[in-house]
Amino acid sequence: MNTVARYPEPYVPAVWRVEERRWETANTVTFALSPPPQGFTESFAPGQFNMLYTFGVGEVPISISGDPASPATMVHTIRAVGSVTRILAGLEPGSAIGLRGPYGSAWPLEDARGRDLILLAGGLGLAPLRPAICHALANRGAYRRLVIICGTRSPENLVFRDELEGWTGMRGVQCLVTVDHASPDWPGHVGTILQQIRRAEFDPDNAMACVCGPEIMMRHSAEALIGLGMPANAIHLSLERNMKCAVSRCGHCQFGPHFLCGEGPVFRYDRIAPLLGVAEV
Amino acid sequence: METTPLDRIVASHPFFQGLSPDICALIAGCGRNVHFKPGGWIFRQGDSADAFYVIRHGKVALEMPGAGQAIVFQTVGEGDILNASWLVPPYRCASDARAVEVTRAIAFDAVCLRGKCDQDHHLGYELMKRFVPVMVERLTHARMQALDLYAPEAARP
Repeated sequence: MNTVARYPEPYVPAVWRVEERRWETANTVTFALSPPPQGFTESFAPGQFNMLYTFGVGEVPISISGDPASPATMVHTIRAVGSVTRILAGLEPGSAIGLRGPYGSAWPLEDARGRDLILLAGGLGLAPLRPAICHALANRGAYRRLVIICGTRSPENLVFRDELEGWTGMRGVQCLVTVDHASPDWPGHVGTILQQIRRAEFDPDNAMACVCGPEIMMRHSAEALIGLGMPANAIHLSLERNMKCAVSRCGHCQFGPHFLCGEGPVFRYDRIAPLLGVAEV
Repeated sequence: METTPLDRIVASHPFFQGLSPDICALIAGCGRNVHFKPGGWIFRQGDSADAFYVIRHGKVALEMPGAGQAIVFQTVGEGDILNASWLVPPYRCASDARAVEVTRAIAFDAVCLRGKCDQDHHLGYELMKRFVPVMVERLTHARMQALDLYAPEAARP
């Protein structure tokens, strides 16, 4: 899973095809992409991303949201918010997409072996965490308690809803879902993700947390976990910046002394905490 | 002093943790066990805040009524408190509260408890030490919800 090769020419995308498309919400879609005819043998690690290219329009970094056990079907979840992602979201099965990758650092799941694993997602942050969840469920015996916490704006904005329901009923898995607001017919929890962290059952001295979502949410979540006794070096965040080259050359994604595309997107919290919340970075 | 079942429930509840048995008994003297069926209103916005609740079991939705459908902005459950408006004049409930599930709670009579706090400032101080952190935490959460962190960002490519 951790053998990550590189393309000989890092800027040349391979042509993949949309095999299947599923709308998660009104503006968010999950694609399964099939590889080029010449084949594709690279694996990816949970937490990594690909650069997806819509021909003649532009390229965007998108986290891989598929199962790392099935790397030949590359899965991405895209929210249509800009010129590139709007076109990506509208692509029908059979359409071509340029893809290069996988790039970036991964969730250090090997370090969590024998410990409680907390996967904390805000909004579309569930997409980069889904490969880690798939991996943890497929290797359930490697981890102690598995806690999945997911917060989003409203029930209509929940992605991977069927899977969340499945994980909720799974033995040995605590899956806590919350939304910021809801209509009265929503039977679930309403409130911030911080309240769900308080309800999570884990041993803070022997746990690892992977957190992905808006930066403010990640910062507050990390502080909440530390408040419960978890060491800062057991918390990992996935950051997002303006990635262009994806190979640590162009500098567009610079974050203080770091290039997010190469050293990140996954960082250990204690290494980047001083930079979070600094407006000038 | 003889203890009652309610004294013991109060003394063992996390919200009242650290209080002496005497103070627990004083507080419990204003309390009674209540339960609500799913869908039942516990209070409505604008009602007199004549009680606050410590939830023992169940789930309650806090709703803001408005034109059309109400919006649920928070749910509270086991171990949480409900209705801090009992502390603040003019003692009016700030939202609707509806039981989502069968909910069991202790309801504390606000007039009774405010009277005891006026007579015994130590009791009032101890209660304030427990209510203020909850209110600050809820304010922090409300700010995070108001920031609408999960809204789509228009600036993305």
